[in-house]
Amino acid sequence: MNSTLQSLYFLAIRECLTAFRNRHEALSPLIFFSLVCVLFPLGVGASADLLRTIAPGIIWVAALLAILMSLGTLFRHEYEQGTLELMVLSEHPLIVLVVIKLVAYWLITALPLIVVAPFMAYGLGLTADAQGVLLLTLLLGTPVLILVGAIASTLTLVIPQNGMLLALLVLPLYVPVLIFATSAVNTVMMGGSAAGALYILAALCVLSVTLSPLAIVAALKIGVSQ
Amino acid sequence: MMKWLHIMASSAWFYRFSGQAIPWLMSAFIVLLLIGLYGGLVTAPADYQQGDAFRIIYIHVPAAWMSLFIYCVMAMYAVIALVWRIKLAEVLLISSAPIGAAFTFLALVTGSLWGKPMWGTWWSWDARLTSELLLLFLYWGVMGLYAAIEDKRTASKAVSVLTLVGVVNIPIIHYSVSWWNTLHQGPSITMTDKPTMPMEMLMPLLVMAVAFKIFYGLSLLIRARAELVEREPQSRWLKAVIEENNDE
Repeated sequence: MNSTLQSLYFLAIRECLTAFRNRHEALSPLIFFSLVCVLFPLGVGASADLLRTIAPGIIWVAALLAILMSLGTLFRHEYEQGTLELMVLSEHPLIVLVVIKLVAYWLITALPLIVVAPFMAYGLGLTADAQGVLLLTLLLGTPVLILVGAIASTLTLVIPQNGMLLALLVLPLYVPVLIFATSAVNTVMMGGSAAGALYILAALCVLSVTLSPLAIVAALKIGVSQ
Repeated sequence: MMKWLHIMASSAWFYRFSGQAIPWLMSAFIVLLLIGLYGGLVTAPADYQQGDAFRIIYIHVPAAWMSLFIYCVMAMYAVIALVWRIKLAEVLLISSAPIGAAFTFLALVTGSLWGKPMWGTWWSWDARLTSELLLLFLYWGVMGLYAAIEDKRTASKAVSVLTLVGVVNIPIIHYSVSWWNTLHQGPSITMTDKPTMPMEMLMPLLVMAVAFKIFYGLSLLIRARAELVEREPQSRWLKAVIEENNDE
């Protein structure tokens, strides 16, 4: 048991360290996210009312695309170097390794987005309480995006150029998160209570935390056995 | 039970059985289709609100039912393929996907044609339309993933996992989308309530639904046979079948 804990600790350290060493790769989702948010006012015009109405949608779609863009690299390096095979063959339960890897991935990819999102929201004219709810939806929703996306990303590991296919597999599954997250922010802006949508988001989060690792493990075994 | 399952799941048995079943299914399909179409287009009375335009229901509703039904059947094949590693289930799973996508597409097109006279627009962001469209993307995802992976055994396993992920998500997508927006008329037929349709209108619809199911079985068998041959071109059973055919 001790050796498992130690390995998990080393895996977590390794993830953070590789992310730090590859700073520009780790930060590219953040830059992509900010750029998409900046493009929208330029595209639809700087009318404050219009921007405030579509702000939740813009921020959420941008976050969703940024995470989608980065998903291709989730297990890619490990797969190409053969580290992944060692992970699958190791004596430690694969599911725990996967969970650690995903937590690290969330910290590296999603957390920067969540930190920057309030600034973007302020720029698009969201009120303070709407910003707070937006932050909550991002905290609850991004784990779902990553967990669900990781399944598709693992399934497409054996395909060299998998970007478009990944989008086709992942985006339909992101619809519920997008709907509940944006409607939570919208109801707050209209003076209602966001509790309902937030509870559903939390439920989705719990569901994907419970089930996705199983599917990811199954997909990893398929990918490695080839 | 398991032994029986394994005999059924052998490629040779399936190939012979399906060859015999196809003519029967074909005739049953044609007869039911003609009855259903005659009932729907000729004997059923015009709707008091929608006039003759409602008759597209005889294609639209069975196609929409099939679109969901086939995905659920695919999930079943996926479980069988993953748990018991039965090759035939993989073949049936992947052969079902294009048929399901075609039915989904048909339901979308007929829905759009129906929507124009009724709602005054070809497309609206209505809940059921949108979730049907998303279902089409799920089908395309299954087909795309299978096509992209070179080794077909690996591809089948990947597709099985994806199908199961999809089937867990379909109800979530459906309810989230209907929470989001609803304009579609409520369902006319449910299992529990009395249908809101007179018998002369309902009967052809049910006949058409059965005809569509048979059509699914028929095209599934044809596709699965082709897929089997494509996957195992050098196998012994295939050579035996070819020899049998030459002898006749």
